[in-house]
Amino acid sequence: MNNLLVLPLLLPLCTAVILLFLKQYLVIQRWVSTVSVLMNIAIAGIIVMQVRSAGIHVLHIGGWMPPYGIVFVADMLSALLVLTTSVVSAFCLFFAFGTIGVERERYYFYPLFQFLLVGIYGSFLTGDLFNLFVCFEVMLISSYALIVLGGTRRQLRETLKYMLINILSSSLFVAAVAYLYGVVGTLNMADLSLKVAEAGQSGVLNVIALLFMIVFALKAGLFLFFWLPGSYSAPPSAVAALFAALLTKVGIYALIRTFTLIFHSNPEVTHSWLMGMAIATMILGAIGTVAYHDIRQIINYNVVVSVGLIIMGLAVSSEEGLEGAVFYLMHDMLAKALLFLLGGLIIQVAGTADLRQMGGMIRRYPLMGAMVFITALAIAGIPPFSGFAGKLLLIQAGLREGYFGLTAVALGSSLIVLYSLIRIFMQAFWGEEKPLQEQSPMLNRKLIMPSVGLSLLVIGMGLGSEAVYNLVADAGSTLILPMQYVDAVLKE
Amino acid sequence: MELYMSMSVGVLFMVGVYLILSKSLLRIILGTSLLTHGVHLLLLTMSRLKTGAAPLLGEGANSYVDPLPQALILTSIVISFGVTSLFFVLAYQAYRKLGTDNMDLLRGKEDE
Repeated sequence: MNNLLVLPLLLPLCTAVILLFLKQYLVIQRWVSTVSVLMNIAIAGIIVMQVRSAGIHVLHIGGWMPPYGIVFVADMLSALLVLTTSVVSAFCLFFAFGTIGVERERYYFYPLFQFLLVGIYGSFLTGDLFNLFVCFEVMLISSYALIVLGGTRRQLRETLKYMLINILSSSLFVAAVAYLYGVVGTLNMADLSLKVAEAGQSGVLNVIALLFMIVFALKAGLFLFFWLPGSYSAPPSAVAALFAALLTKVGIYALIRTFTLIFHSNPEVTHSWLMGMAIATMILGAIGTVAYHDIRQIINYNVVVSVGLIIMGLAVSSEEGLEGAVFYLMHDMLAKALLFLLGGLIIQVAGTADLRQMGGMIRRYPLMGAMVFITALAIAGIPPFSGFAGKLLLIQAGLREGYFGLTAVALGSSLIVLYSLIRIFMQAFWGEEKPLQEQSPMLNRKLIMPSVGLSLLVIGMGLGSEAVYNLVADAGSTLILPMQYVDAVLKE
Repeated sequence: MELYMSMSVGVLFMVGVYLILSKSLLRIILGTSLLTHGVHLLLLTMSRLKTGAAPLLGEGANSYVDPLPQALILTSIVISFGVTSLFFVLAYQAYRKLGTDNMDLLRGKEDE
């Protein structure tokens, strides 16, 4: 029993409710939000340390023992993701202070932001499949509101599609839960792991596994990513950064959780599908990154490529591969948030998203140029930045398990990603100076500081890879031996 | 009984999918709502239908219906209710602002 596990959920929930009553007081809203996200970082840090020292923590809500009650479980994977989410959300919030605009602030931006966090933390921490659905919905409903907040024509148009695709995948989610309950009669993840292994994962259970794969792949943007580029380019950049860094990652987390804990005994079926989808995602995403002159589209397709790369670790499914997936997942949350914040800044400064109409920004904005360059290197996986260690683990795992085609695609797509990001850097920052919209020579400190902070974290995570790896190795060893998770939940 | 329920679930799915594939936004929303109804019935059917017993475990009860799926359905109905109403509001707002409810015309152009 550890009551701390419910706090990452409870704190944003209470904050959101308080914020609802402070509609007119924007300064107070900002302060309350700031205090709340900072406290959540502290809580997440404590949870990580506790999991590090004492193993998996479980909270039986209301004292109901599994499989009857709902449990919250923090293993190293969940704890690390909660920590990364809290850090990324703080930076996105600080960026929103300067960019989101008074109108959106007044119309409940901050409460919606906190509700979104409730759903994300809940998805990471819950140990019950139906509860996962509920947390997904909390997250999605807030994201519908956030993506349309402001109500421009483009936002309305894209939100309709985004909602439709998510309602469909949610219906499929409930259908898959229904089938699974009909077959094995439980929805607690640890109990499911036992029951599915007992029944032998074959026939109908494989079909159910594939149904779950479709549902989570839709949310994660794994192969079924056709909705992603349109939706993520509609909202303002603070919101887009939040979505790119966190929403698809929740889908990835769900994939990792279900296919390491529940449906792991028949990898010939499930994991070969995952591998095919990962390869297709990387190839199609890489094509997307070089196909546009619109910065927003380029960075949207970058999100897609990284989803394929992370799922590659899951598809290989060796301990090293899973470690690589977790490491790269954490790196990607930081790096994608940074990339989207920088993309937003560039668009704001240039007054256009079209690369062909930019140039020479390095003279006025050298710091921003340096950060774009660092981000490009980090995402491509060049040492000493944060992407290197994760990618190294993934590639090593791929080669060691003999998946040469997969590894080749991963390496090739990384090269193309590097090209696409360096192209942003070269076209926007080098060359002839073009007229800029923003005339002030120095960017507002409020706008640039969140990106600087994230850049420092990306560098720090790269330099401190050894320390991060110790934690990631913990997560990997739990993922590869699901019995640890099951024992921690069921035996107490 | 299970057979009839399965058939009605199938019909609901069929009609829902048909409506979602149409161009009009209103039909699409009705389609999603029918689809979720189908899913709820599926959830109900999955717990085995037993006529004439309450979903509660009384002292010495001879037969009872599994209460868990009903709790799940209740949750899911509430969620889908909220989401559908939000969808309707958004669709109305989009119609007022964009002047059309035809999905073909909502593709959007690069230069907007």
